[in-house]
Amino acid sequence: MFDGFDAITLARLQFSFTMSFHIVFPAFSIGLASYLAVLEALWLWTGREVFINLFNYWLKIFAVAFGMGVVSGIVMSYQFGTNWAVYSDKAGPIVGPLMAYEVLTAFFLEAGFLGVMLFGLERVGHRLHFFATLMVAIGTLISAFWILSANSWMQTPAGHTVNAAGQFVPDDWWKVIFNPSFPYRLVHMVLAAYLTTAFVVGAVGAYHLLKNSALEGPRVMFSMAMWMAALVAPIQIFAGDQHGLNTLEHQPVKIMAMEGHFTSHPDGAPLILFGLPDQEEGVLKYPIEIPHAGSLILKHSLDAPLKGLDTVPRENWPRVDIVFWSFRVMVGIGFLMLGIGLLSLWARWRGILHEWKLLHRFAVAMGPAGFIAVLAGWVTTEVGRQPYTVYGLLRTADSASPLAAPAVASSLVAFIIVYFIVFGMGVFYILRLMKAPPHHGEEGPSADIPTHAGGLTPAQGVTASAPARG
Amino acid sequence: MTGVPIDIATVWAFIIAFAVFMYIVMDGFDLGLGMLFPMFPKKADRDVMMNTVAPVWDGNETWLVLGGGGLFAAFPLAYGVLMPAIYTPIIAMLIGLIFRGVAFEFRWRTHGERNRWDVAFAGGSLLAALSQGIALGAILQGIQVDGRSYAGGWWDWLTPFSILTGLSVVAGYGLLGATWLVMKTTGELRDHAYRLTWWLLIATLVAIVAVSLATPFLQAEYWRRWFQWPSIIFTAPIPIAVTVVTLMLLKSVANKQDHRPFFLSLILFALTYAGLGVSMYPYIVPQSITIWQAAAPDISLNFMIVGVAILVPIILIYTAWAYWVFRGKVHADSGGYHS
Repeated sequence: MFDGFDAITLARLQFSFTMSFHIVFPAFSIGLASYLAVLEALWLWTGREVFINLFNYWLKIFAVAFGMGVVSGIVMSYQFGTNWAVYSDKAGPIVGPLMAYEVLTAFFLEAGFLGVMLFGLERVGHRLHFFATLMVAIGTLISAFWILSANSWMQTPAGHTVNAAGQFVPDDWWKVIFNPSFPYRLVHMVLAAYLTTAFVVGAVGAYHLLKNSALEGPRVMFSMAMWMAALVAPIQIFAGDQHGLNTLEHQPVKIMAMEGHFTSHPDGAPLILFGLPDQEEGVLKYPIEIPHAGSLILKHSLDAPLKGLDTVPRENWPRVDIVFWSFRVMVGIGFLMLGIGLLSLWARWRGILHEWKLLHRFAVAMGPAGFIAVLAGWVTTEVGRQPYTVYGLLRTADSASPLAAPAVASSLVAFIIVYFIVFGMGVFYILRLMKAPPHHGEEGPSADIPTHAGGLTPAQGVTASAPARG
Repeated sequence: MTGVPIDIATVWAFIIAFAVFMYIVMDGFDLGLGMLFPMFPKKADRDVMMNTVAPVWDGNETWLVLGGGGLFAAFPLAYGVLMPAIYTPIIAMLIGLIFRGVAFEFRWRTHGERNRWDVAFAGGSLLAALSQGIALGAILQGIQVDGRSYAGGWWDWLTPFSILTGLSVVAGYGLLGATWLVMKTTGELRDHAYRLTWWLLIATLVAIVAVSLATPFLQAEYWRRWFQWPSIIFTAPIPIAVTVVTLMLLKSVANKQDHRPFFLSLILFALTYAGLGVSMYPYIVPQSITIWQAAAPDISLNFMIVGVAILVPIILIYTAWAYWVFRGKVHADSGGYHS
């Protein structure tokens, strides 16, 4: 299947494959965990049954998605050592502690309270259960903090020196953690996770509204999701632009590839909308461009000069076509998200939010949009970092394990087969859960709580009733 | 053996050893429980078995990430050398963990295929346990190192000794699983778990003896450590304690004291684990790389020790709380945690 590939290409393929599968689950569970916490808080606050029904409905979906995130994440945590041993040795003193803190502050928190969140509503009481939900949600955010810190350090390394063994040694942890691109990347990713979840929730709501626009659960879901789109999509576009300016400052080559600037523009750069990048010849064919708009966006001046890839040695170029196109996919979806958000505001003002079929069809179609945008954004930033694992300092070609190609090839084939079976089934189960609307007395994963022999009296049955207040 | 120097690398060796031990005993019993699935063909029994671990397994498995992640962080050189050396068992373990991990959720989301996810759960558990044991044997027997990298082939891990350690871990996890079931269930299910405990205990003891006899012959250093005067003063208590605990375990199973067999099995694991430590210390890659050679720079180790000192006690508290919430025996007739 992979004859003729060398070990390093195979290791890169394996990393891209396992990472692409993995990233969609945390993106979904970060957003969904927060959504669940909001739903439970609203239930405790207002006592409206619809919120606990929605909570239990999404909790079952969360359980399946979270399980897939956990197992694909364990693969990631070991892959650094198996396929990228030299990288592990050299970057370990910096990246390792950041990941260790992720485990200590986030993974344990999520895993420890997950059991109570999934199965404990009637065993620990409402307030303690809400606390567990909150801990899981906070855990997902802390996890994002550390993993993006580690990733950002690889993009914009700071606060370190290099020792005799060639290892990166931290000398200022503050600078390592809060490296130049970290705040931008963290905000951009967390907002992406929230938007991703909002569009899934919105699509499920819209799907059920198309069949019956009177259902309370789908009305609430759709309305909440559309508020999220309307409010967060513009913020995300602004955050993305700020992130872009930061990238221009610290990783200019990545921006050249994203924008398609093979040549320098001493008198002001155009904004290239589309074109066909040709890596071999180093030109962008058939460009469609707006003169001077590139300089305006990146430098806030019409005539500001912009350097192109022609100022960079070829061996330091990333794959321009991949970066160029994945960036456009991400931005395109971002503007579609903004569009549906604005349409929903208009529909709300006209009072047809829950009846306008066209908007609902649009929302259903946009259901997977967040996942595609997250993947495209990840490809943009990671392929754009090439040919380095630690930007400018450690090349990908010098990071791999001393492994024979057949070893990496067979593990890659094994992962492909296993992932398609396991995650294919998982997505199927999630879609099946989504196909039924949330209904009155929706049961969580914890229906029929066992009465333990340990003399424990479960709290009174509450799943469908309003909580006791005060 | 006298005067073990206490420096930051040694402290970290103990922290990693602690994380790995926590993983072994915590995921050990739920992997063992998975391997015992074929012995319990009734669906209702399997539902109960699954429900005894469903609320806690995720936390159990997180210790594996701390063990691996901690090794990466504290001993990056060892991580970079060991992982390629045990490449195949690690990949096999990951695949086993994938199947059994998703089975926890998937088996409740399907009806016709429920049996298939039960097979995935049992097979995944067995594969993970076997791979972990094989990886342990492969590390113990020593691996080829050149400079800062692994220098062997990708099949070096496969030897009669590593197969022996693989089977030993399967037997030991099986014992933990069976005694856990004894503690958490009632009626026929518990009685059947008691019967299995006998067989698994015998298998575990045979395994302990076999591995103990084989290990000193792997490396001259292991031999000296275990049998030479004066180090034998420090090593002899381990086999003696194993014998005492085994006798207590046999007695508790015979007297059907539901809780004791599980905790005694944990102690048995702790003792054999200490034995492994005696063989390996102070090497992290046996006979090639010591913990001091592999340690990350002090600034990395110091940065993390703060987190460990503050967070691990907190983690242990809320983990204990989660176990407390789901304490007591689980019945078949009262349903499960799952719908």
